[in-house]
Amino acid sequence: MSEIVSEEGGILTAPHVLEYPYRRSVGPVLGRFFTELRAGRIVGLRTQQGRVLAPPQEYDPETGAATGSDFVEIGPGGVVTTWSWVVRPRAKQPLDRPFAWALVKLDGADTAMLHAVDAGDLSRMRTGMRVRPRWRAERVGHIHDIECFEPEPQATADNGLGGERQRAGELAMAEEAQKPVTNIKTPMRLEYRYSAGIATSRFLHGIAQGKILGQRCPSCSKVYVPPRGSCPRCAVATEEEVELSDKGTITTYAIVRVPSESIDVPLPFASVHVLLDGADLPMFSVVQECPLDQIRMGMRVQAVWVPREQLGPTLQSIRYFKPIDEPDVPAEKLQETV
Amino acid sequence: MARLCAVAGIGQTQYSARRDDVSIAGLLREAATRALEDAGMDWPDIEAVVVGKAPDMFEGVMMPELYLADALGCSGKPMLRVHTAGSVGGSTAIVAASLVQAGIHERVLTVSFEKQSESNAMWALTVKTPLQASVVAGAGGYFAPLVRAYMNRSGAPDDTGIRVALKDRRNALKNPYAHLRDPNMSFDTIASSPMLWDPIRLHEACPSSDGACALVLTSERSVRKTKYAPAWIHATSMRSEPTQFAGQEKVNPQSGRDCAKDVYKKAGISDPRKQIDMAEIYVPFSWFEPMWMENLGFAPVGEGWKMTYEGATALDGDMPVNCSGGVLSSNPIGASGMIRFAEAAMQVRGQAGEHQVDGARIALGHAYGGGSQFFSMWIVGSAKP
Ligand SMILES: [Zn+2]
Repeated sequence: MSEIVSEEGGILTAPHVLEYPYRRSVGPVLGRFFTELRAGRIVGLRTQQGRVLAPPQEYDPETGAATGSDFVEIGPGGVVTTWSWVVRPRAKQPLDRPFAWALVKLDGADTAMLHAVDAGDLSRMRTGMRVRPRWRAERVGHIHDIECFEPEPQATADNGLGGERQRAGELAMAEEAQKPVTNIKTPMRLEYRYSAGIATSRFLHGIAQGKILGQRCPSCSKVYVPPRGSCPRCAVATEEEVELSDKGTITTYAIVRVPSESIDVPLPFASVHVLLDGADLPMFSVVQECPLDQIRMGMRVQAVWVPREQLGPTLQSIRYFKPIDEPDVPAEKLQETV
Repeated sequence: MARLCAVAGIGQTQYSARRDDVSIAGLLREAATRALEDAGMDWPDIEAVVVGKAPDMFEGVMMPELYLADALGCSGKPMLRVHTAGSVGGSTAIVAASLVQAGIHERVLTVSFEKQSESNAMWALTVKTPLQASVVAGAGGYFAPLVRAYMNRSGAPDDTGIRVALKDRRNALKNPYAHLRDPNMSFDTIASSPMLWDPIRLHEACPSSDGACALVLTSERSVRKTKYAPAWIHATSMRSEPTQFAGQEKVNPQSGRDCAKDVYKKAGISDPRKQIDMAEIYVPFSWFEPMWMENLGFAPVGEGWKMTYEGATALDGDMPVNCSGGVLSSNPIGASGMIRFAEAAMQVRGQAGEHQVDGARIALGHAYGGGSQFFSMWIVGSAKP
């Protein structure tokens, strides 16, 4: 199967990606910061003690007090207070060439903020160097409205600190920033390498041969499928392998009518607990080839596999369960195995 | 011998589908500030902070407790985060209370939250694992087959769940913080709402909410004179079990029964239905009310539905349940357990306003989480134990 990346010593591994476009509500303080970034300005926030926090924070990190709304324009230039060189940038990082992650203390601020510095070459980076923002033309109200910082040309640096910057009192909000930023998009993508482990790998290798292999607990004799390599009840390792029938009984079910991104089965479908013959714990699966209103507890079903040549070490080799012509199992026999 | 612990301050945020007016930090701050005010205290009075929330995947902020340290005034103080899935709000309150009961701290702030609008709980709870078949659709998909098993086993009338939902949604109209407050909600609206995970209908399921809840817990000598006398913690208990094992009682979990037995024993309760004046319990899908009535020993096995049917669990019944509207009306997941604990305390403090149970003196707060595998409960009283 294509999703498997390796199979060392029989242990199956596969890529596993968690990805979601989170939508972050930023609150009034960071909202103002992002609104100003959209207008091409950077603001800090003056605390009661007179320190200017940049980026602004809602609560004073020292006292925990609400910081209020004494915004002041800062920068745009500043000084690198410390940095780290990135030799091989990763896909989602701000630059596609080597760059520095740096703490930049903007002119007029008392704290430093993290951003990328596009110095071109490691030899040009040093603590204490002056930098200035490189703005994006299209700004949306996000930290990436500043593409990165770049070394300040000598002439500009000599020019002093930002000229017409407003330094005191309540800062009037930029005109083009009438509609304040309340949310930002923060897409997340985490790439894992999933390892199925010994017990699940053995089980999946069995599936690839059209066999369902459970494990029996040496202590309580219960048969688990899929096996976990241990009994959750007795906390002992399970090794004895038991081949199970691909026939079983529906112990309970639900008809799912609501979509879910991770489920490929067309709606509506019957989500069922199937107790395979010889097992002591039901598996989660789906039933098809049966009208939804005829599905019932105690109904006998059998696995429908993908064609032999498509079998692989994944549970998707079992497409679904279908009803078979056998009498129902009485409900009272299913009490313990819902 | 453990010291007495008082619930001296309670704060809740407005619950709603989307709190775009605040950041996550601002949301917690809203609840915490209200709890401090209620306790007659300010930030410097607090010695330690205990935070709880459900999986980080819900907001995509990993270890949010680190980011929340300044908002919760934790500079120079111990801070701790608790996680036990959906029951976390309850277990967080219990961990915070233990810091007072053990004599470690005098005044502890505990806050729990969820900001569900930042993502989608269905996605976060149904991550597709490689090489597996993905067939369980979120919490509803997981619990619906268990509800069906209960219906089948108990022979309860099909409309029991609708009656629970109607009661809770009507109670929510009396709770200013509740998320779902629809005065036109009727039996027919609920009955004709679409089946999401048959047998669970849309209006028999909890909403996705943003919200936070906070408590100030103190020793006896640290209680300050405020409008409402404190609630006294009479007993706490937690129990857990594996997600799945052979022979597991999924409809009436052993860990829930054990937890209830333990908390009653510690509180000196032998007849819960008689001795407890009201209960706030974790009912994310309507049918869990009768299921938990049995699990908690308020009704014999198979007869929990009769309590709903006979009106015993209504605000004016003999065993009022979820007078606040419950999880069915507001569900910021990580906070939902603490809201149950808080509402129980509000009742014995006489602080519950329109949804107050007359003369409530002993109340139960209950939460559960995971695959019905984590339970946390407390009993609070208007008098010292
Ligand atoms: Zn065992």
